[in-house]
Amino acid sequence: MESRRNPRAVVDPKVRQVGFFTSSSQPDSTPQPDPIAPASHPVSSISPSGNSLSPVMIPPPRHNSSDTFPLRAAAASAVSPSSFSYSSRRDFPDGSTTASPGRVSRGSFAKSSVPAASSLPGVGMDSMAAATSSSVPASRLTTVSIVNMPPGLTEKASGKQVQSDQMKNSKPLKEKTTKAERRALQEAQRAAKAAAKAEGGKAPLVTSGSVASTSKAAKPAKPSSQKNEGAVAAGPSEKDRKKDAPHPRMQYDDESRVVKAKRRAVVKQTEAKNRVELFRHLPQYEHGTQLPDLETKFFQLDPMHPAVYKVGLQYISGDISGGNARCIAMLQAFQEVVRDYSTPPEKTLNRDMTAKISSYVSFLIECRPLSVSMGNAIRFVKNRIAKLPITLAEYEAKAALQSDIERFINEKIIMADNVIVKHAVSKIRDGDVLLTYGAATAVEMVLLHAHELRKKFRVLVVDSRPKLEGQLLLRRLIKRGINCTYTHINAISYIMHEVTKVFLGASSVLSNGTVYSRVGTACVAMVASAFRVPVLVCCEAYKFHERVQLDSICSNELGDPNAISKVHGREDINYLDGLTNNANLQFLNLMYDATPSDYISMIITDYGMVPPTSVPVIVREYQKEHLLV
Amino acid sequence: MWRRSASFILDERRSSNSPPMADTTRGPFPNPDSISAYYQTRAAHHGVITSDWLAQAQAAVGGVSGEEHSVAELGKEKSFNVIDEFNSWRKQPDLAEAVAAIRALAAVIRASEATTMMELEIELKKASDTLKSWDKTSISLTAGCDLFIRYVTRTSALEYEDFNSAKSRLLERAEKFGEISCKARRIIAMLSQDFIFDGCTILVHGLSRVVLEVLKAAAQNNKLFRVLCTEGRPDGTGVLLSSELSKLDIPVKLLLDSAVAYSMDEVDMVFVGADGVVESGGIINMMGTYQIALVAHSMNKPVYVAAESYKFARLYPLDQKDMAPALRPIEFGVKIPAKVEVERSARDYTPPQYLTLLFTDLGVLSPSVVSDELIQLYL
Repeated sequence: MESRRNPRAVVDPKVRQVGFFTSSSQPDSTPQPDPIAPASHPVSSISPSGNSLSPVMIPPPRHNSSDTFPLRAAAASAVSPSSFSYSSRRDFPDGSTTASPGRVSRGSFAKSSVPAASSLPGVGMDSMAAATSSSVPASRLTTVSIVNMPPGLTEKASGKQVQSDQMKNSKPLKEKTTKAERRALQEAQRAAKAAAKAEGGKAPLVTSGSVASTSKAAKPAKPSSQKNEGAVAAGPSEKDRKKDAPHPRMQYDDESRVVKAKRRAVVKQTEAKNRVELFRHLPQYEHGTQLPDLETKFFQLDPMHPAVYKVGLQYISGDISGGNARCIAMLQAFQEVVRDYSTPPEKTLNRDMTAKISSYVSFLIECRPLSVSMGNAIRFVKNRIAKLPITLAEYEAKAALQSDIERFINEKIIMADNVIVKHAVSKIRDGDVLLTYGAATAVEMVLLHAHELRKKFRVLVVDSRPKLEGQLLLRRLIKRGINCTYTHINAISYIMHEVTKVFLGASSVLSNGTVYSRVGTACVAMVASAFRVPVLVCCEAYKFHERVQLDSICSNELGDPNAISKVHGREDINYLDGLTNNANLQFLNLMYDATPSDYISMIITDYGMVPPTSVPVIVREYQKEHLLV
Repeated sequence: MWRRSASFILDERRSSNSPPMADTTRGPFPNPDSISAYYQTRAAHHGVITSDWLAQAQAAVGGVSGEEHSVAELGKEKSFNVIDEFNSWRKQPDLAEAVAAIRALAAVIRASEATTMMELEIELKKASDTLKSWDKTSISLTAGCDLFIRYVTRTSALEYEDFNSAKSRLLERAEKFGEISCKARRIIAMLSQDFIFDGCTILVHGLSRVVLEVLKAAAQNNKLFRVLCTEGRPDGTGVLLSSELSKLDIPVKLLLDSAVAYSMDEVDMVFVGADGVVESGGIINMMGTYQIALVAHSMNKPVYVAAESYKFARLYPLDQKDMAPALRPIEFGVKIPAKVEVERSARDYTPPQYLTLLFTDLGVLSPSVVSDELIQLYL
């Protein structure tokens, strides 16, 4: 851990190189002869941030082409390609963020990647649809951070470059590049970008995009349109992006896919400029730039299903949040997709449908990085599609798929919640003082049900900025007549002495018993354990994951920094307003954190009440059963 | 009653009469004042158990009266049958509780007039529920019943053209369970031999037949060790155990329950049995086990638990009061004033972090494996 924090002797003091990513500008590492290395090989070379799936990405389907790169692809979007910093609600002042979203979308195109112009998605989709076995990895792979390379290199070399970057990235130490080299790269990129701008048409954009894409293979945002005010701004932001971790888990196999995916990008993201060093491996975009633009495009989307588009917009705006809600919304959108689907001629339903789902998923990732629940659900859907017998007629296949998805929602989410509630209320006794943090749906159901059973208890709702999710929970509890107390998280050690039990929700539980949940949960659990208060985590089994995470840094989601700097409705204390772009100040708005298993007393799942050490057992049993579901 | 609570809640509770609250705060468990039948039986066992008596009792009680009972009660109501049957089996001192339960259920099968598997299952379920509700505090009883029902459901899933053959198979399995139980004890004894080395000092608490078996086996293997046993009030287990061990020529020393920390320095390991092993990996055992485990843990002495696998239960207590209360009468030898409350719980819960290893017939396990086994068994 220490190595990560040691600043190295680099030119720009602001850009401290922390241990685990490399400056990615040297093409001199050994080019891999075969970019699609056997899966086992990249496993070892994958960055220390983990060699299995991150919560924010889709595990690749286990069929044909993706077999060679499941882990790599999966690992790829730990940094959530083209993710959108999602933190605000509707009432967040939209106007303040960017001057003109329109300008963003149409104006400066990233030297880094090709943001799709509005008509591009059409092109992209067709080409994508034409691809025989494009799978999730393809789309996700494109959303990788930039690998800087002289634009003159061939595509093959860029593929190798990415591969070698991938390799390099796995090394914890960065390799030195001279300032001259980096400067040369910058110039080359600027030149390419200038050329692209000069031509200004779609086709040249595509070409330059392809050039740019090959040169910057790893930018997270296929959609990212970089706001370039000018050379000055371009300088530091270029440098920033250059210093970006070539995404530790992303890789490229096929440059053509990258290009296609970039052309396909629907959501254009502007990357935030002022970023915290330690979290450079996570993408951060400026908030609020996309929504109006996307809304206007609602009727123009050919390749994108309106249901999926709607869900994506709801993610961006914050209307749907929380693991279960997002997962259910996505699955219901997929049901509509299946319903409206018709196999194009000359295609098999399995593959085409999978490709379609993959593209929708990549769109959703652009809107907001996937949660683990969504990831597992997508894996399930793809699994079901792959298992459809070829001989099935189309309408039968569609009906089967729709009923499968319905069954998943029912069994794994709704009925699971019922079982969890049943177990959890057995632990609530009269006279209990229950503490909860944030707004977990499972915990809310437990509390409401316990109240219905006439148990005498009171609830302590702990909340935190900037999301203030606890207020929603508070309203709902009070409406039912439950005796509540509300406080913010800075008072947690003050009130913990009177608490008898702590109920928490989780976005995911990992294999080593670590609970990955809303930021602040770890704090609450630690204080509770210090006061010897039992901590009960309510989490459905479909959110379990076989990954292991040791800290909250290697994989996370960054929210909107403006949400921290601004306190809503309190103009008098908005001292930080306007400081977002100050070079000496970086805002960090993390969305998740990891709670070690030592602080957890028990996990309540639909498999019963288990200790945190039993999570890998359930994952193992669950996989077996769920693949047969 | 005096739980951690904000002051206003406490005031409110005081104002609304407290005496009934004292009981209701224990949670949704019925009638906390009832004496636990399980611990009463154990007391009865402890009162009489000696190896000579054992031999006599087995000969006298085993088999014959069991048959008589079941035959005699055929005419009576079924549920009544089960409990009586169970009690008769339970009285045998060497028989594990779960085995007694399974024998009782086997008697139900034998006496049943069902003609289909489904009917039989329903009857069994009813009988098992009756047994469980009759004595809520006995964990191995519940676990044994659950295990047997689970086995029955699994078997009935197989195709048997002949209902009678299925029935006889179930009966056979029930009979075997008794042997399994004895075999389990021997397996545990064998597994634990590696952990007892020459010259070691073992602290034993409570009178577990399994632990007794372990020590017997060690003595038979000519190991030199000595045993410290706690007095084990109010059951007086220490005296009984020491008399047993002295028969085997094992040096024994009796300790007061309060002298455990004092003597912990010279102890090499702690051996206890378990009334039940819960899902977290902790154990429920005679009152005092938690104390000893805490002391041992703080002095870095290993705590070994010897328990058969049918004692694994799907409970998950969060703290000491989170279980069904099991009370038993405690005699102090002198008269206690009426106003003085007596803590009469017969058992406590030891969390898994204070236990080192569990010796079971499934092998030597660490506490976290218990949940693994339970998941595989019940899911």
